Amino acid sequence: MSKISSVNEFVIKFANVNGSGSASANQMFAKAIFRSGIPVSPKNIFPSNIQGLPTWFEIRASAKGYLGRKAGIDFMVAMNPQSYQQDVAEINSNGYLLYDSSWKREFHREDINILEVPLTSLVVDTFPNPKTRLLFKNLVYVGALSYLMNINKQVFIKLIEEQFKGKEKLISPNIQALEIGFNYAEKNLKDACSIKVQDANLTDGMILTNGNNAAGLGCVYGGATVCAWYPITPSTSLAESYKKYCDQFRIDEETGKNNFAFVQAEDELASIGMAIGANWNGARAFTATSGPGISLMTEFVGLAYFAEIPVVLFNIQRGGPSTGMPTRTQQSDILSCAYASHGDTKHVMLIPADPKECFEFAADSFDIADRLQTPVFVLSDLDIGMNDWTCPEFEWDDTRTFDRGKVLSKNDLDTMESWGRYLDVDGDGIPFRTLPGTHPEKGAYFTRGSSHDEYARYIEDGVINARNMSRILKKFEGAHKFLPKPIFKQETNASANGIIYFGSTEAVMQESLDELTSLGFPIDAMRIRAFPFNTDVWDFIDQHESIFIVEQNRDAQMRTLIVAEGDINPGKLISVLCFDGAPITAKFISDSIVDVLSDTNVSKTAEDSK
Amino acid sequence: MTYIVKPVNHHPNLEKNDLGLTRRDYEGTISTLCAGCGHDSISAAVIEACYDLSLSSDQIAKLSGIGCSSKSPSYFLNQAHGFNSVHGRMPSVATGANLGNQNLLYLGVSGDGDTAGIGIGQFMHAARRQLNITYIVENNGTYGLTKGQFSATNDQGSKSKYGEENLFAPIDLAAMAIQLGAGFVGRSFSGDKDQLVPLLKAAMKFKGFSLIDIISPCVTFNNHAGSTKSYDHIREHNESVSSLDFVPIGQEITTNYREGTKVDVPLHDGALLTLEKLSRKYNPLDKGQAVQRLNEAEKDGKVLTGLLYINPEVKDHAEILNITNKPLNQFTDDELCPGSAKLAKINASLN
Repeated sequence: MSKISSVNEFVIKFANVNGSGSASANQMFAKAIFRSGIPVSPKNIFPSNIQGLPTWFEIRASAKGYLGRKAGIDFMVAMNPQSYQQDVAEINSNGYLLYDSSWKREFHREDINILEVPLTSLVVDTFPNPKTRLLFKNLVYVGALSYLMNINKQVFIKLIEEQFKGKEKLISPNIQALEIGFNYAEKNLKDACSIKVQDANLTDGMILTNGNNAAGLGCVYGGATVCAWYPITPSTSLAESYKKYCDQFRIDEETGKNNFAFVQAEDELASIGMAIGANWNGARAFTATSGPGISLMTEFVGLAYFAEIPVVLFNIQRGGPSTGMPTRTQQSDILSCAYASHGDTKHVMLIPADPKECFEFAADSFDIADRLQTPVFVLSDLDIGMNDWTCPEFEWDDTRTFDRGKVLSKNDLDTMESWGRYLDVDGDGIPFRTLPGTHPEKGAYFTRGSSHDEYARYIEDGVINARNMSRILKKFEGAHKFLPKPIFKQETNASANGIIYFGSTEAVMQESLDELTSLGFPIDAMRIRAFPFNTDVWDFIDQHESIFIVEQNRDAQMRTLIVAEGDINPGKLISVLCFDGAPITAKFISDSIVDVLSDTNVSKTAEDSK
Repeated sequence: MTYIVKPVNHHPNLEKNDLGLTRRDYEGTISTLCAGCGHDSISAAVIEACYDLSLSSDQIAKLSGIGCSSKSPSYFLNQAHGFNSVHGRMPSVATGANLGNQNLLYLGVSGDGDTAGIGIGQFMHAARRQLNITYIVENNGTYGLTKGQFSATNDQGSKSKYGEENLFAPIDLAAMAIQLGAGFVGRSFSGDKDQLVPLLKAAMKFKGFSLIDIISPCVTFNNHAGSTKSYDHIREHNESVSSLDFVPIGQEITTNYREGTKVDVPLHDGALLTLEKLSRKYNPLDKGQAVQRLNEAEKDGKVLTGLLYINPEVKDHAEILNITNKPLNQFTDDELCPGSAKLAKINASLN
């Protein structure tokens, strides 16, 4: 039997039963590879359920830094007989299957290497309590893998010690379980696996974290003091991360009181209402949610847009429509956020591509919302939000100050002859606002969602209302100055064709571009990071004959937005759409593009097209 | 013009309060509600209460939802910031505003449609959270702005202007608020200024959720014979359980009460609430009894008014959340941002 042989370049998948404690063992395995200096991307593919259903955990290790999901599994750890059939079918030819051989099975795959480890039998005597045995069994396969893949056992021991710090009693049984697996493999599975991990230094300056953790931290760094939220997968851990870091950094040392507010609201309507109320008062506030929450919040979003109140909304996108696939990833709320609410509304969106950008955009979003006095959506997704990514370390410039926008102080008001809440004094469409309690006689006004004039007075005069609506649009048209610019994958344009992509697709783009180049189809690529679009986006489209827009949704929502906002000829824009709920793969993109390029007369290079 | 400019010339000899302000300094723009609307009497009572307490308008925030009632914050306290939010969602906006700055006095103004209909969820949760707000419901049992549909507080069997009978039992907001743990619950009548003003003053001084459900007849759509929210009906069926005096800190209690009928309730800031029980059976500190009496009154077709329930021991939302005393909107960049050195430690913990 031939065996897949590789060093620091493989995909391993764990098939478990949810609620069995497997995720933390699998996470530990991923972290051990990261600590060995190899970039890694663990992805938890879990059901919307607490206990008993199949759950998977895919880990891709890649010295090349290709960290997107890749179909085809090199090594499968099959721990769930319920899903054996499907799991075994996924294994690449010459790949490996490790299963609990306490109950022997035939798998009817002649082309794979089957590694039998009697996990249950091995622990039955050492751990008589069936409940803890279930947990320790996970450490046994981790121990076996440590031997099989040649990952330093000490790395695992250190991770166990860190994980159970404060619960010392748990350290030695976990190490014991690890040793049982390691020793069994050493004795019975010598040379059984040719996939190896070799120490490297490719993760220096890198961290392993998820986007929700990063965004919660970014909110603390961005000066948010109020988080109002309602539990919804996959955004919950963002709010929890904010709370975790506030508990670390925002407790008053003298009084023990909280220099922040963390409110679990009764629903999404209340959570956005609270965030708006706090921002109206000048306290930076945000809410975190997912698609269904955005649907509920849209009336309030329109109020904040029209009354010009800053507010930050994190949308950790999941599979829709309706309840959809709540534990799977998608980029399918582009349009529902861009144009959220009734009437003419358009909203600023920031689209991070990895946890580092989640941190940065979270912190930036409060400056942008305050500057523009408008809602700002940060559109992450489940893949970035809940999975750990290998990404560069977070950075912060200590000279940075918050941009709180045009807020009038008591002194400002004292020296002003007159003031109108919605007067465009500077010609940028952005008016000056006042906060309640600032001045005893000046600056009070009535905030409302009904039509109003420059002095915030209720009006039903259509001319005044149209003037106000046009001013708000002016604000939006100047917004790109404050937003992150697109990122290009090439110094200058080398191809007649271009790819536009965004968000978590970043994980696979370099791999896909390399693949396309090796197949003779080099192609330019640009990653959109914000809406409204920068002029660079129009230039890029203009400079290429055809544009592929890669999206993780069915309806080509970004394409629609580009066509609508840029008045672009739709015939020029070709969609590459993945919407099965699994993170997009490089192969999916490359195959789709190669199909088109080999099929038509589309030019391959910029030279050809001249 | 859809707003009406109000003359600002004041009579030079107008009476002044401790801040040197006259009642007119507490006014708002001219009301655009129907002539005789109960809501305008409530606005007048709010002006009177704020004047009496010598409150500084800029330290008050007025918030409302949507409807006739929610328009009324425009008609008082011109120097206070106002926020006319979305239908039924004022409680959440007020909750957020309060989290941003707990030092302001929050006046929530809502109606029976806004609170008992579309916004009942937010109302209930604000009460349950003990949001520090004076929550006024201008309750007329009807949707005025959309021309006279029944609201959820309309009594079963009560007739609409068009002769239709209301088929459903009413929601009693006061009873509901008491059950949800609101610290201060009163009911009054827009036509009874003597009862309403002290009740408003006490509510504004109360730290926690204070509801005043004010029956406020709609002269256009719900003031006819057969309506149980008309001026005539309320005057005939009003049963007051208590008479109230609000005594600010350091002032003497001057009113004489019949023996055995006086109850003193100290408030958070040391001010005193003095109650005269008009019904010997009624004790507003007893939650169970308050609910029971409301139920009995409903059966008898009476409208129980006055301070129905008070719990001076409650902690407000910010206190429950252990939020620092300094308003969260007043923290500086340095106080909020942990800086790069701490970030380096976080980075180290993630590799």
